[in-house]
This record gives sequence, C-alpha cells and structure tokens, in this order.
Amino acid sequence: MARVVIRNLNKSYNEVHAVKGVNLEIRDREFMVLVGPSGCGKTTTLRMVAGLESITSGDIVIGETVVNELPPMDRDIAMVFQNYALYPHMSVYDNMAFGLKMRKFARPEIDRRVREAADILGIENLLNRKPRQLSGGQRQRVALGRAIVRHPQVFLFDEPLSNLDAKLRVQMRVELKKIHDRLGTTAIYVTHDQIEAMTLGDRVVVMKDGVVQQVGEPLDLYNEPANRFVAGFLGSPAMNFATVALTDVAGATHALGEGLQLALPPQIGERLRSHIGQQVTLGIRPEDLRVESGEAANGLSFGAVVEVVERLGSEILLDVKVGSGTMVAAVEPTVQAKVRDHLRLALNPERLHFFDCRSEAAI
Amino acid sequence: MIEGAKWRRWVYFYIPLGIFIVWLLFPFYWMLVTSVRPDRELYRPWMAPNYAPFWTTHPTLVHIIDLLTQTLFIRWMANTLFIAIVSTLISLFCGLLAGYALSRLKFPFAGMLGTGIFITYLVPQTLLFIPLANIIRNFNLGDTPWALILTYPTFLIPFCTWLLMGYFKAIPRELEECARIDGATRWKAMLYVIFPIAVPGILSAGIFAFTLSWNEFIYALVFLSSAHEKTVSVGVTSELVRGDVFYWGQLMAGALLGSIPVAFIYSFFVEYYVAGLTGSVKG
Repeated sequence: MARVVIRNLNKSYNEVHAVKGVNLEIRDREFMVLVGPSGCGKTTTLRMVAGLESITSGDIVIGETVVNELPPMDRDIAMVFQNYALYPHMSVYDNMAFGLKMRKFARPEIDRRVREAADILGIENLLNRKPRQLSGGQRQRVALGRAIVRHPQVFLFDEPLSNLDAKLRVQMRVELKKIHDRLGTTAIYVTHDQIEAMTLGDRVVVMKDGVVQQVGEPLDLYNEPANRFVAGFLGSPAMNFATVALTDVAGATHALGEGLQLALPPQIGERLRSHIGQQVTLGIRPEDLRVESGEAANGLSFGAVVEVVERLGSEILLDVKVGSGTMVAAVEPTVQAKVRDHLRLALNPERLHFFDCRSEAAI
Repeated sequence: MIEGAKWRRWVYFYIPLGIFIVWLLFPFYWMLVTSVRPDRELYRPWMAPNYAPFWTTHPTLVHIIDLLTQTLFIRWMANTLFIAIVSTLISLFCGLLAGYALSRLKFPFAGMLGTGIFITYLVPQTLLFIPLANIIRNFNLGDTPWALILTYPTFLIPFCTWLLMGYFKAIPRELEECARIDGATRWKAMLYVIFPIAVPGILSAGIFAFTLSWNEFIYALVFLSSAHEKTVSVGVTSELVRGDVFYWGQLMAGALLGSIPVAFIYSFFVEYYVAGLTGSVKG
C-alpha cells in the first residue's frame, strides 16, 4: 500500500506532446480514476506509472521511491489490461501463479494466495481451465485475480471493463468497488466512460489533450465543474449549453439568449457582475429542467417546442427546440408530452452554470 | 460450402476438386507404380500387345531391395537427415531471435534490416552458389556435410526470420507487458510467454526449413562429390543415371522413399502448419 505522486510529468513522441505537465497525488488506499476522451493522454500517463513508457520529463513516486528509471517488475505494481492479456497457453491457476513464480515465492505460499484470490473472485472451479474456455466476464476475473495475488502496492487498470457487454460491465463495476473496499490497495483506473468514473472513483481526474482539467470527488466535479469541458463530459445526457448575453436591467442581472430571457436572482447576479455586458455560456443539466404549467412567477422559465420524446421508464428525455438551439430535459415519467407540443421549462437558479466564452472556465 | 441443387455442388465443387486431386497425385502414383513394375514391363514398347502403362499385374519389390542393398541409398538418407536437421536447428535458433528482435525491439534501422533480410532470401541460389563455392573451398569444407549445413542457413534464416516476425507481430504486446509487470525480465517473458504461444509458428518454420533443406539440389550437387557424402536428391539422380542408362525402377523407388520423411512430418503437423502460416493467436 502506498501513495503515488506524479510531478510535472511530460511525454512527447517525436512531434506529439501527449502528456503535458501532469501533477497528481494519489493518496494511500485511494481509488483514483483518470477519465477523458480517447487520445487525452490518460492511458499514456498510466503506462508511464507502470514503466511501460519512458518519461520525457517529470517524476513518478510510488511509496517513497522515485521510480522514473525502474523497470516495470521492480515497481511493485499490478496491471489489468483492456484485452485481459491472459497467457493463452497457461491454465487459470498458472496465469495467476505466474507473477509469484517469477518472484520465486515458495510453492505453498503461491498455492495459498492463488486460492485466496480465486475465492474472493468466485473462480475456484475455473482454476484448471484455459483462458479460451472462459467467457468474457470470467476472463476479466482471472485478470483481476492475477493482479490480486501479487499483493502489490498499486493496482493499475487500463479500461478493464470496456470489452464486456453492458450488463456485465455494471456487475463487474460493483464487484471491483467491493474488491477495492476489501483490499484497500491504492488503485489508478483509466476509462473513457464517465459513468464508471463517477461510480468507481474516490476521486476523479478529468483530462483533455494531455492536460488535467480538474481533480476532485465525483459529485464535486459534477456539481461544480471547473470548465465547460468537464461540465459537458460528466453527466448523461450531457449538460445543455447556450450562449447568453448578460445585461443589467434596473439593478437586476438578466441573461438573454435565443429563446431565453432569464431574470437571475441577486446572489447569482453578484457572482456574474464582472461579466455584465459580455457573452457567456450558460450550462443547464437536463435533470435541472422541469415542465412548468403556466408562467413561472420568478421569471426563470422559457418556452420550448418538443421535437423528440424518449421514454426510458424511470424518466423521460425531451429533446426540445429553444429558439434555434436544442436542449435535452430529463423529466418525470408522469409528464404527458407529445412531439410538437409547446411547453414552458422552468429551472432552478442555484443549479445554473456559467462559463467564460473565451477561456471556458467556470464563473 | 456451396448451396443449392445437388448438381451445383457436383459441378462447382466435387468435380473440380477431383480433377485437382488427380492432377496433384498422379506423379506420386506414377512413381509408386514404376517402382514396383518389373523390368520386362518397364522397357516394353508402347505398341506391344497387352501394354498397361497405368498399373502392373506383376508387382515386385526387386527395385527397392536393389536400391537398399546395391547402392548407398541408406547412407544418403542418413546424410540428408543429419544435414537437414542440423541446418534447420541453426536457422530456427537464429530466426527466432532475429524475428523477435525485429518485431518487438525498437532500434535504429530495424525496418531496413527486416527488408534487407528479406531481399537476401530473394537472391537466387543458382547465382549464390558461385561465390559460396569459393568460400567453401577456402575453408576446406568441400565434400563434407558442413558445406551444406553452413550454406543452407543462407536461405533458411531469412525465411524463418520473416515467418516468425509475422507471427510475433500477431501476438498482443500486452501479454509481454503483463509478464514484465508480473516480474519477468524481457528474456524470461520471451521464453515463458512469447515462445510457447508461438509454437505453431516455430513448428511451421521448422517444417518448412526442414523440407527446403531436404529437397535442396544445387548446393548439394556443387559442394559434394564423393558418392558416400551425397544427399538423397543428388545421390539418386547422379548415381542411378549412368550415361544414357536410366535405372527407372530404382530411381522411382529412391524418389518414393526419399519423399516419405517429409510427407510423414507434414501429416503430423499439418494443423500447426496451417495455423502458423495464417497466424492466429487467440487470447
């Protein structure tokens, strides 16, 4: 068990600067998730921690040791790969025992650890099988088992669930969480799936173009995104964005956009004071919109035309046209709405997000 | 499989396949029939009555017995086997390491080197034997098995390297990365993970190399001169054709017996061989 510190980490391949000045501290026993779109540098960062990629500049510290130059085998880490990377010619037992054999553990100790891990993962009855005789979920478990038996200081996960079907993915996600709670090993987990990031991570790192955008607990990122990218990346369906102009009408701040005319409460107006007279990006999460019957009293509603109705059972997603733009509203399943209906959507001013149009940073 | 009416299956599948099989196997059949045909039938003119070119009613083993007792055929077989096995082992060893290095290690000019090796494979042996003959003479290796054992790898190593390089490339990189995180050095990862997975590729490279050296003719003809050093391919054709006299029965018996080891190896490893050439690794 150990903390991992990444200091000013850079990686360049010839012309491409893939990872730019990443600084992170992963605390002992923490489950840290790196999330971002493909090509954002998250996997490269993980592979540098593993020692599979060389570091262009910066430091990686595992425990108390700077591991920049250490080969993977000396870093005391275990890694689970996206395609499982099970050794096809070895039985499940041998797959799990391989790391221990390489490290010259005594036979009884190897046996004890393999059986213990198999017990945790519920794969005792598969120990004699070959990987090709296993289903996707079982292979995933074996790959996990191979990491667990080593009792490493840090687990590294490289999109381990993305080859599974949707249902199994949810199941394994829960299982991973349980295993981490039980073992308490520091873990770094890379994924492009924001739901995995939100559900698994103690903290989440959002990356884009090799740069860390924001680090924090999942709900903090969700509720207080540092910039427009983080706001749009986390949450499904994604946050709605609209460009609005902020104006001062008789001491009250108004946000005016296409089809939008919102009178903002004073405390929010105060926050936006420096941007009065400018264009900003307004962000509204779909679940923060509700269908209002009649005119809302506080002036925080707008008219919309329904374009698509998606009934998901637990909620309804309404794709609506506001002015010339579109928005998505996630509303209660009891709402009766049909295509081409004219609605009024009301919003909660506390839950509005504003971003600078140029820097895209939250205001 | 071809679908539809029965006649379609016959016209598009069974009949063409049948023609193809007959076409392929007829020389072997001819070899077999000739080797058991008595001399009085062999040298009978076409026009003679009761002439039956495609079978014999009086099969005899006399040619085979003559071949084994009156000639050095057994010695030639032993020579060929020794030379083929040793040169195959040398080529496989070099090919394995070179193929691994070219497919996995990053070093300057790796791509050029790979292409260069392939080009050496394309140089025809009929040109290469002239300079090689000079080298063999300088090292005083003429008329010894080592003349062939050391020259066969000139075309076997490029072949093995290329076949194995392709095979290693098909093995997911993660397997090796995982082994290295698991505590294996690159050498151990290669030995315990990559090579065992590459067994089909290694076997097919080995079989092919063995076949190439077994069937090799021009180097054997040039570098070996005394009868008891010869290989089967040269021994049979040079010792059983004297001037314009062809000992057809013994020639064919020699060809038949000489092709048995290769046929034997192929029939055992055909599945590995196909897997090796089509390069399939399932995780």
